[in-house]
Amino acid sequence: MSTSGEQGGLAKRLRGKKRNARPGTAVATSEAAVYDDQSGPGTEVERDTGHLPDRFANPGLRPHVHRMADTDPAAARRAERQVTTLFGISAIGTVMLIVAYFAFPLEGTFESIRLSNLTLGLGMGLSLFGLGVGAVHWAKTLMPDSDVVEERHDLHGSDTDREMAVDILKTGTDESGIGRRPLIRNSLLGAAALLPLPGVLLLGDLGPLPGRKLSETLWGEGVRLASDPSGTPIRASDVTLGSVFHVIPEGLNESSHPLEEKAKAAVLLLRIEPEKVEDVPEREGWDVDGIFAYSKICTHVGCPVALYEQQTHHLLCPCHQSTFDVTQHCKVIFGPAKRALPQLPISVDDEGYLIAQRDFEEPVGPSYWERG
Amino acid sequence: MSQNTTARVAGGTADFLDQRLGASKVVRGMARKVFPDHWSFMLGEITLYSFIVLLLSGTFLTLWFVPSMGITTYEGAYAPLNGVEMSEAFASTLHISFDVRGGLLMRQIHHWAALLFVAAMTVHMFRTFFTGAFRRPRELNWVLGSILLLLGLGAGFTGYSLPDDLLSGNGLRIIDGILKSIPVIGTYTSFFIFGGEFPGEVIVPRLFITHVLLIPGLLLAIIGAHVGLVALNKHTQYPGPGRTNNNVIGFPLFPVYAAKAGGFFFIVFGVIAFMGAVATINPVWNYGPYDPSPISAGTQPDWYIGFLDGALRLMPGWEFTVAGFTVPVNVLVPAVILPGLLTTVLALYPFIEAWATGDHRPHHLLDRPRNVPTRTGIGVMAIIFYGILWADGGNDILATFLHLSINDLTWIFRVGLIVLPALGFWVTKRICLGLQRKDREIALHGRETGRIVRTADGEFFEVHEQLSDHDRWLLVQHEPHRPIELEPDTDENGVARPGARKDRVRQKISRWYFEDRVEPVTPADLEAQHAEHHEAVESGTERRESIGAGD
Repeated sequence: MSTSGEQGGLAKRLRGKKRNARPGTAVATSEAAVYDDQSGPGTEVERDTGHLPDRFANPGLRPHVHRMADTDPAAARRAERQVTTLFGISAIGTVMLIVAYFAFPLEGTFESIRLSNLTLGLGMGLSLFGLGVGAVHWAKTLMPDSDVVEERHDLHGSDTDREMAVDILKTGTDESGIGRRPLIRNSLLGAAALLPLPGVLLLGDLGPLPGRKLSETLWGEGVRLASDPSGTPIRASDVTLGSVFHVIPEGLNESSHPLEEKAKAAVLLLRIEPEKVEDVPEREGWDVDGIFAYSKICTHVGCPVALYEQQTHHLLCPCHQSTFDVTQHCKVIFGPAKRALPQLPISVDDEGYLIAQRDFEEPVGPSYWERG
Repeated sequence: MSQNTTARVAGGTADFLDQRLGASKVVRGMARKVFPDHWSFMLGEITLYSFIVLLLSGTFLTLWFVPSMGITTYEGAYAPLNGVEMSEAFASTLHISFDVRGGLLMRQIHHWAALLFVAAMTVHMFRTFFTGAFRRPRELNWVLGSILLLLGLGAGFTGYSLPDDLLSGNGLRIIDGILKSIPVIGTYTSFFIFGGEFPGEVIVPRLFITHVLLIPGLLLAIIGAHVGLVALNKHTQYPGPGRTNNNVIGFPLFPVYAAKAGGFFFIVFGVIAFMGAVATINPVWNYGPYDPSPISAGTQPDWYIGFLDGALRLMPGWEFTVAGFTVPVNVLVPAVILPGLLTTVLALYPFIEAWATGDHRPHHLLDRPRNVPTRTGIGVMAIIFYGILWADGGNDILATFLHLSINDLTWIFRVGLIVLPALGFWVTKRICLGLQRKDREIALHGRETGRIVRTADGEFFEVHEQLSDHDRWLLVQHEPHRPIELEPDTDENGVARPGARKDRVRQKISRWYFEDRVEPVTPADLEAQHAEHHEAVESGTERRESIGAGD
């Protein structure tokens, strides 16, 4: 085929299009163009545009350059040997995998697992990689590499096709009578509109409704503060200045849904000099001699706020770096969280164990619409 | 087997298939189909092949994985966790890793392939964007690709969450927090997905069926349509000598691409297998089973979720209450609205660009990115925006690594998110225009040969060698893009034209796209350039042409 003739045709079509274009659709201004020199249209070009085309013509394919293997039989034989070697390497890899499977059993030690994984993986990699490289090398050195030209055709149908398609659809619609019988059409639309409802309804038991679950935790009057994960109650005397305890309500491990309860009730207990903490009259008596209990669940999206900087009295959430200042009752001082960590009011029981005075006064964890 | 027998068996098989399937027509229509050759066309192949690797390795894993959150006590080869209570999902993951020969390898292959799958898909999308391969008639395939990207993220996240380890459990908790931030339906959605309160006991089986059936089924169907449309429309090709908008130049499917593409599948699989052999990924036994209370510092999601995590980290802590209802802007905007907006704009970009530029013609020749500076700038702008969100997803790691305060770094990213994309757009556009000027310069004046010549008069100059027609073609082949012009607002009778105002908006956008431009050299430009030289030579002041020609 002749590519340059093709291109000429294309250029002609484009020029034709430009002439036929309605004013204001595709006609261009050339004043706005950025030129790097004085040779742009409007300077010296005018004198010889008469006989020159607007665009360069496509020069057609570059002359084909033969590869070594196309002209030199020795090179072709060399390429053949290379491909064969690569396929051979692949076979060796497969054998290696089979040998490794039996030779390196898993004995429960890290060493045996590492060895098995490595030898199986290398064998498998080699068997696949060798085959792949061999095939590609074969294609690149020995299969024909001269360009093949294929014409493109518009995907859309001819005008006749389109007319016939429209006719068919029209005939079909007429035959169905949907236009003439609005009763059928309307009842169909109504029924079809109702049809998805059961589908949605039947998913109703995917989960229970939230109810008040998000604003209640296992904490309540007199519930002891216990160590996470052991569940041993904590005495006030055990909490020395500067120490931190990960805390769960006593009895959590025995509850019916320990993970769900823990996801709400986890608490961080820490002791700090009481005079360092800002006085908030409403929270008078919520701590025990500087032992404070705060919800461990981040008010951003719910990660555990588990990192405590003892020197600065900052709590940090490792997920998104919300930072809470213990001296300001865990107010947010940096990061994406908005609300302070809720404080759990605590006191001491007769035996010296720390207990909750009552549940949290607000929902713990991330914010939600009906939280208020 | 003699040659004769082989031929007879082959003939018999072919006849069997043709009688029942019409195989000869398929072979005739498809086998010699021409595909153009370019390394960047292999990005989509990598995506496809890593998907096949995912199907194979994933099927292997399902033979042992137990998608259950029932509590069990681990008794197995991994001593440090012996006697620990955990979900059956986590225990079976340990079993696959430590008791099944090749199990750890398959887990690692599966995870590496997933990372590669999304990465290759992303880079493939960049290629499609920057070369304008999404233009008519391929807009629908771009939309399908955008859906595939979303599904890929979904496949990755659901799979990542299955082992029920500490890291993935915290990831799910973040998802729970994000769901709860949605106004009105947030808590209901969360309770319906988790079957009650987080974490519940049904999320792993639900994620499992999503991960092994729903998403792969959709992926398979849409990938089929995606590749089918490529065959139907024929592949785009880069501009070059002989290549036009009306042809495809390359190699036939059979045998060249059967060998090349088939071989490339094994290469991709082989490389992933090597990675699974030598590079540990997601060592869940170090993290332990999920527990809502503990967490480790420096937690990171898989890379493709990083932008979402980074957006959550970047956002200032804004939240407000309306009429007693809470709107957590700090979660809703970065984790729900932003990704929704990004994917919508992404999927609709071909239509947006066609509307803005008024270019609705079919395009089978790709753009060189420099020839479309505004689009290239937009692409770089989007990549920088995404890149900053992604980098901020690792802001704690970066801060440690760079010895910076994490607060300063977060502020740098916050400001950077607004400033750098705009700067990137501007710089990219200028670079593209510069490259186009360079192209123009070379097309007009030829290539610098590096040969310095002194004339008899003592003047030095460097000899420029004119380009061959083949070499010049790449520099001058593109059509100049110009802003659309308006019809007058009123007709000759002074009556306002309907739609005039809308057109003015379009023209502004079109100007923004195309006002700054360098037009390709035309034959007239080159002729004028030569004439200038010719006059100079004739008048005897210069002999450059003749010396250059004598080279």
